[in-house]
Amino acid sequence: MGPVGIEHYLVVGAILFVLGVLGIFLNRKNVIVILMAVELILLAVNINLVAFSAFMGDLVGQVFAMMVLTVAAAEAAIGLAILVIYYRGRGTIAVDDVNRMKG
Amino acid sequence: MLDFPSSFGLVIPELILTVTGLALLLIAAWVGDKAARAVAIIAAAALFTAGLFTIPGLHFGVDGPDSYAFGTLLKVDSFALFSKALIYLAAIAALMVAPAFFNGPAAASERGLRAEYPILILFATLGMSIMVSASDFMTLYMGLELNSLAAYVLAAILRKDQRSAEAGLKYFVLGALASGILLYGMSLLYGFTGATDFASVRAGLEGELSNGQLFGLIFVMAGLAFKIAAVPFHMWTPDVYEGAPTPVTLFFATAPKVAAVALTARVVFEVFGGQVQAWQQIVMFTALASIVFGALGAIGQENLKRLLAYSSINNVGFILLGLAVATPAGASSMLVYLFIYVVMSLGSFVALLMLRGEDGSLFETFGDISGLAVTRPAIAWSLLVLMFSLAGIPPLLGFYSKFVVFQAVVSADLVVFAAIAIAASVIGAFYYIKFVKVMFFDEPAGLVTGKSETSHWVLLAICAVIISPIGYLLTGSLTDLTNKAASSLFLAI
Repeated sequence: MGPVGIEHYLVVGAILFVLGVLGIFLNRKNVIVILMAVELILLAVNINLVAFSAFMGDLVGQVFAMMVLTVAAAEAAIGLAILVIYYRGRGTIAVDDVNRMKG
Repeated sequence: MLDFPSSFGLVIPELILTVTGLALLLIAAWVGDKAARAVAIIAAAALFTAGLFTIPGLHFGVDGPDSYAFGTLLKVDSFALFSKALIYLAAIAALMVAPAFFNGPAAASERGLRAEYPILILFATLGMSIMVSASDFMTLYMGLELNSLAAYVLAAILRKDQRSAEAGLKYFVLGALASGILLYGMSLLYGFTGATDFASVRAGLEGELSNGQLFGLIFVMAGLAFKIAAVPFHMWTPDVYEGAPTPVTLFFATAPKVAAVALTARVVFEVFGGQVQAWQQIVMFTALASIVFGALGAIGQENLKRLLAYSSINNVGFILLGLAVATPAGASSMLVYLFIYVVMSLGSFVALLMLRGEDGSLFETFGDISGLAVTRPAIAWSLLVLMFSLAGIPPLLGFYSKFVVFQAVVSADLVVFAAIAIAASVIGAFYYIKFVKVMFFDEPAGLVTGKSETSHWVLLAICAVIISPIGYLLTGSLTDLTNKAASSLFLAI
């Protein structure tokens, strides 16, 4: 076992990112899962930013990560709010039922 | 580079929008929806005032070190000012058409115009303003999210309408995914170049691209393609355009489109400007695919808003074609196209908003508009001008916009691509002409009420006159402006 290097962080970030993207496209069940997948993508980005920042000794990446965290919170709030009004109208949040418009 | 206090001089439009938006938010919270109309008028006035502040810079042209504000976070150059002026005009139009729609039966599930609508438009516009003048990945992201978060809510603003809620949900999920992809690309570029401001990233990308840099570039381009709704990332557009309330669709088809295209242009020229060979083929492919899919996808559509969504995908293709040329002439032609596209889509959506059945419901399908030339001749003739212009038929200004793009493409020796685009625009002409055929040669269908608001007439008349051959009088000064704007993008090279 060698020391933990930047590539380890990048691999974790990449895995999280891929999981997030797959979570959006393969998930057929529930819109909440999509919201979680979006958070996963943003977490992957944060891991990347902070890892790069630490290894380069440059603070900009950590500032960026803070901004991403803030925006992610706002995004989750708006996503859930839209989901709530959607549920009130339709009574379901299954992904397969999001089909009022097609073509 | 300006010091901190004098930086504020460059962001006066943004300051106006921020302060007005926050003040109106308080007013809306205290007074409630009674104040909605007043809030809309103040918001439009704020946008107009902000627009006035772009005029001196547009006229004299701003470039170079003096256009940087707050270190290297923002770059308020001619290009940013041109985009801002266009965005503010589109946002004002979206405010002007709102009261009639939200107080009408089409939005019967709500209690008339809500005070949130103008405020959300203001904040979305503020976000776009920041987007187009961003010169650092951090400001880019903040602007983009401010715009997107407001836009998700706008799409779902008819809370009790199932289609509106679904449009909001779809827009949110795909928009969040796009932001994530873009952000991942930005994190890779940060890691492999060591900076987030455009000039330093560009310097870090000199020479052969490493794998990490190439991945960063591709992720950033994919995220931006999502935002401008270019093929293969266009699938959300028809649903969102159809489901969102029509004034919101009008807004989506114009202002955010300008902002996203301007942002893409700035990123490809200012960040990836030294790596043209790495992105030129991607952009060219996206452009041609958008033109072809936009034209083919529209053919079977019955819903007019959906049709206009495909039309906007098609038009984005032409805009990207100008971008893919990667010359100042190409960028300038792209901006000309953008301006004319905004006028044409504003006009089309305003005309759709003016058409109401006897019960006040909006016209949304081909069946509704058949025989419109008999029942509402003025609107039918305006739509005829707009549709022929969108199809690019010669005496109208839509021809000029396609002409300048093709000129830029051909003079860069990319004749094959121009030929493909011309072939696809012939296919696209089919549904524009079908539109006209249904209005002029089919039997009149439903009954139409004869009243439309003066504000709508004014907007439609302005758009129709600009698009008509009279508009060619404008092309001289328009080209002058776009040349200035385009050259400010290429200064870094």
